[in-house]
Amino acid sequence: MTVYEEYKGRLPGRIINDMKSEAEKRNLNDNQIKKVMEYLVTQYDAAKIDPGEAIGIITAESFGEPGTQMTLNVFHFAGVAEVSVTQGLPRLIEILDARKKIKTPSMEIHLKKEHGKETNEVRKIAAQIKETVLREISEEFNINLSKMQLEVTINKAKMREIKAKPEEIIEKLKESHKNIIAKETPEGLSIKPEATENELMEMYKLKEKLKETYIRGVKGVTHVLPVKNGNEFIIITAGSNLADVINIPEVDSAKTTTNDIHETAKVLGIEAARQIIINEAEKVIEDQGLDVDIRHILCIADTMSRTGLVKGITRSGITGEKKSVLAKASFETPLTHLVNASLIGEVDQLNSVIENVMLNQPVPLGTGLPDLVAKMGPKDIKTQKKEDKKEDKE
Amino acid sequence: MTEKIYKKISEIGFGMQSPEFIEETSAAKIVTAELYEKEGYPVDGGLMDVHLGVIDPGLRCKTCGGKLKECMGHFGHIELARPIIHINYATHVYNALRSTCNECHRILLDDKKLTLIREKMEEGKRIDDSDKRRKATKEAIIKSRLIKKCPYCKAKQETVKIEKPTTYMQGDKRISPIEARARLEKITTEDAEILGYNSETSKPEWTVLKILSIPPVTMRPSITLETGERSEDDLTHKLGDIVRINQRLFENINAGAPEMIIEDLWDLLQYHITTYFDNTVSSVPPARHRSGQELKTLTERIKSKEGRFRHNLAGKRVNFAARTVISPDPCINFNDVGIPKSVAMELTIPERVTEWNKEWLIQAIKNGPKKYPGANYVIWPDGKKKKITEETMEQIMEELGHGFQVERHLVDGDQSLFNRQPSLHRMSLMCHRVRVLPGRSFRMNPSVCNPYNADFDGDEMNLHVPQTEEARAEAEVLMEVQTQIITPKNGYNIIGCVEDSITGCYLLTRSDDISKEEAVDLLTSIGMDNVKFTKDKLTGSEIFSTLFPKDFNFIRKNKHGEVTVRVKEGHLEKGIIDKNTIGENNGELIREFYRKYGQKRTIELLGNIFQLGIKTLLKKGFTTGVADTDIPEEAGKKVDALIKKSYSKVDEHIEEFKKGKTEALPGKSKLETLEIKAMEVLNKTRTEIGDFVKSYAKEGNPTLVMAQSGARGNILNFTQMTGCIGQQALGGKRITRGYRKRTLSTFKEGDLKPEARGFVKNTFKKGITPTEFFFHAMTGRDSLMDTALRTPKSGYLYRRLANALQDLKVEYDRTVRNATKEIIQFKYGEDSIDVSKSEGGTISVVNAIHDVLGEKV
Repeated sequence: MTVYEEYKGRLPGRIINDMKSEAEKRNLNDNQIKKVMEYLVTQYDAAKIDPGEAIGIITAESFGEPGTQMTLNVFHFAGVAEVSVTQGLPRLIEILDARKKIKTPSMEIHLKKEHGKETNEVRKIAAQIKETVLREISEEFNINLSKMQLEVTINKAKMREIKAKPEEIIEKLKESHKNIIAKETPEGLSIKPEATENELMEMYKLKEKLKETYIRGVKGVTHVLPVKNGNEFIIITAGSNLADVINIPEVDSAKTTTNDIHETAKVLGIEAARQIIINEAEKVIEDQGLDVDIRHILCIADTMSRTGLVKGITRSGITGEKKSVLAKASFETPLTHLVNASLIGEVDQLNSVIENVMLNQPVPLGTGLPDLVAKMGPKDIKTQKKEDKKEDKE
Repeated sequence: MTEKIYKKISEIGFGMQSPEFIEETSAAKIVTAELYEKEGYPVDGGLMDVHLGVIDPGLRCKTCGGKLKECMGHFGHIELARPIIHINYATHVYNALRSTCNECHRILLDDKKLTLIREKMEEGKRIDDSDKRRKATKEAIIKSRLIKKCPYCKAKQETVKIEKPTTYMQGDKRISPIEARARLEKITTEDAEILGYNSETSKPEWTVLKILSIPPVTMRPSITLETGERSEDDLTHKLGDIVRINQRLFENINAGAPEMIIEDLWDLLQYHITTYFDNTVSSVPPARHRSGQELKTLTERIKSKEGRFRHNLAGKRVNFAARTVISPDPCINFNDVGIPKSVAMELTIPERVTEWNKEWLIQAIKNGPKKYPGANYVIWPDGKKKKITEETMEQIMEELGHGFQVERHLVDGDQSLFNRQPSLHRMSLMCHRVRVLPGRSFRMNPSVCNPYNADFDGDEMNLHVPQTEEARAEAEVLMEVQTQIITPKNGYNIIGCVEDSITGCYLLTRSDDISKEEAVDLLTSIGMDNVKFTKDKLTGSEIFSTLFPKDFNFIRKNKHGEVTVRVKEGHLEKGIIDKNTIGENNGELIREFYRKYGQKRTIELLGNIFQLGIKTLLKKGFTTGVADTDIPEEAGKKVDALIKKSYSKVDEHIEEFKKGKTEALPGKSKLETLEIKAMEVLNKTRTEIGDFVKSYAKEGNPTLVMAQSGARGNILNFTQMTGCIGQQALGGKRITRGYRKRTLSTFKEGDLKPEARGFVKNTFKKGITPTEFFFHAMTGRDSLMDTALRTPKSGYLYRRLANALQDLKVEYDRTVRNATKEIIQFKYGEDSIDVSKSEGGTISVVNAIHDVLGEKV
């Protein structure tokens, strides 16, 4: 495969790989391959992007224009009512804003090969992952006024399903609520606050709180749905908790993903978060039947994740981090920026677009980029200074 | 033009004005709120003082001696009787007060903490990161707030509280602005730096005003109403209030009035100055006109879309622009734009007189501004500009020589920029060649509607004429229509054939048995008069093939890998030309031709194909009408039967559901399952009816031809006109909303039948029943609302994206960097390929193999 070696660096890897497989398919000889590769190099050089190209604006346009064609329908059901996914424009806005709290967090849990085959096993694992709260395994919550205690009737079948024992539940209750006395009864549980004097209102509050007590599973994962994907099962969830899920032994932690960008950044790092931004944005665009080149998505994702932290395209995110005072002021809340700049005595170097537009000067992009450098008359101050320094050293 | 840029602004610094600076630069001290004397002459020491510049013609500025428009105006000042807090700095005053000791005025942080913060500060300074410095300041403020005892003088600190907007309280005691200023004055320079002040440009005490700068009158011109009455600017009104109250306060203080009165006046002055700076402070009632309208003061002038930044600085108005309604003209080229004569005579191009054009420029001057093609102005080499009139014409022509510039009318072939808003992508502003035509509208080829997203239902477009040689060169090289055939969005062609031209080519390539005479006639009509045919009878494909160069090869395969269209050596061997080959958005033949022959020849080919299509239709005749949707009686009966069948199927499902036998799909309730099943059945029915109806349509049914060729409409439209409109869906479900348990009052509660849930069984032609009409209107309204709500949202997203990314550019080393030269990507898109130069975002290896080794390999 030496033919390909010499083209490394002259052609992108993907094109070389494409060529490899095509050449194999067609049984080309080295001479032929070489001819084609030379041709490809000329083609590639011709298709290379020009220096000075205002690539940011092109990216923004490529996203802005299809944005007008997207639907606003927030919910589209991925098979199950509970596991719904935000789609279209709202989701795109969510991604680009890098929202901390997304509307429909969801995970795609892949299982290790040996576990992802049988329906029953997958169901079992799914049930294990799902967060169970007390409400879900109980049939009735009663407030016994005479004894001033809460009586919970427990659904035995459900208990068996998740293989939980009453003692365990009591333990969990005690863990999450201090100052309660919980006992096992034939029907289920009786719960009493430690304090002897209790008001009815407080009992009600306690009841509502107890209903949502975490018992089993992964916190935050409210619904699970095993779905057949090819010849493998994956589990789609509503709610997301990547850190805990990838620690489950049956889960293939390398493939499991969440659609929460910040969570990914926290658990897997910025590179993973960047990939999630790309994947999610691409998914939105594809689902809407639109076609936007991956390069534009890459450009946005790279801009958002450049600093090592996920930054949204908002006034507090990327735009707010610009050096130029005027650029920030022209976007949103101009007064705050001006006042702050005046205190600290900021200096705007005028090296971005908008300030030069304001001042009626050529912008440093495209045809505004090249400058003429000419030596004229006496040496200018800078070179003079440099030479002076040199002399000093000598 | 001989205009040169002598100086370029290289940086702009921001800072505060010191009281001394204000006084030093002041042109006049304002002492009275009166504006004009009885004769209408500005009062000396009044707000319209002629020292501050002039807004009346005839007057001269007393500071610089300039006339109106010559003098830019000068700032004045007033001395405030008592210090006033500057509202925009109110929080900064607050921060300074609470983080400094009220005895010794040092920052309430011990040396250790201070050094830490100072280090961060220095780091921020070193790398020139203002945000870092601000963060350090914030930290200092937060930390010092918690300290109750001064680490230096050990004085106990009582917390300072702010009572919005400008009152500071320490315990029960109010810190008057005098005291606040005194405290701020005593903060040392080093401490001030920690608090975020820059010793060179700002000092803490400057945030409390002792002296107020008065803007020049040119910044707040008054307007003379028709009645001769003068109406002053909002700022002047506000300043009048300030001066009046300030004078009163002075008088009261000097007269030794009781403290109460002075305090009240002081607060009033604070109010006026607050609203002068910002009339939208939340806890301050806005100052109003007598009519009740809120005043627009300094802050409002700057912020928001209509403010200085976004309205006047980031966007500017230009000359040499025209706007009018657009209309289609299939006979002009893609890169032409038809311009009314009246516009061509108003917009001009400055042309320098040379040996070669002198004659015709003299002719233009002779024609003058009123006869086309003439000229409007002449510019002397020294920059003097003169309008061409009958009186001046003689003299101008006498003097005219090299170095003169003549602003001549637009003529055919001049470059112009054509634009339609909203300008969502770069194809919204393209360079077209001028073509002066009779009429009053801009004419464009319907094929360039797509990049502009224009139609002819009353759309208006703008036209700009570049005025310099450089601008024209850029327009021609970078912006002309043929340079924009491929969109950078995804690498497909955004310009292609549309509507009738597709239908025409479709019909042409489908037909055979065309006589030689007809063929030659057709080709001559599109300007191809050098084609020779040897055969007497020709096929449509052969005629179409004459447009291709002899070495053009193209293959289009469908999803299954079968060849549907093949062009070999410039001959269309197989297949029918339709939207997928020559249409806009991925017309593959166009895309392939572009790759091989480049911009110029592609736009030529497109023009020819377009004309051929149009002319074919013109010769053949093509029309569509109601009769297209007629179907025989028995077909109608069959459609009814199909609908009935599906009804009974749905009824079965409903029956099952009522008995509780429905098996719920995973994660769904039984009712939801029923709905899904019903949807499925009903949607399938419509497709069936569509197929059925289509089979009944006659060969060459124009409506169907349009749908099949992709020129206009689709099969669904045809179905809805002939067979059945089908299920109306809201959010992917059947219609369920309306009255309690039913959609409309004609139905029984809980009715789940198709007709009660939005199924429209009639056609657009037959007409629909009132209930069907209602359902149809519901979905129609829903989609209207969706569009109306989406537009502003996506618009804002676009604005944010553009603002965040506008500075990214590809550097000479092919890295992508932002304005401060920080690297975003090492290689654009990881392979440096420009999407608009690629084949759908990549370089096709298969195509390359075909190009080099031929197709057979």
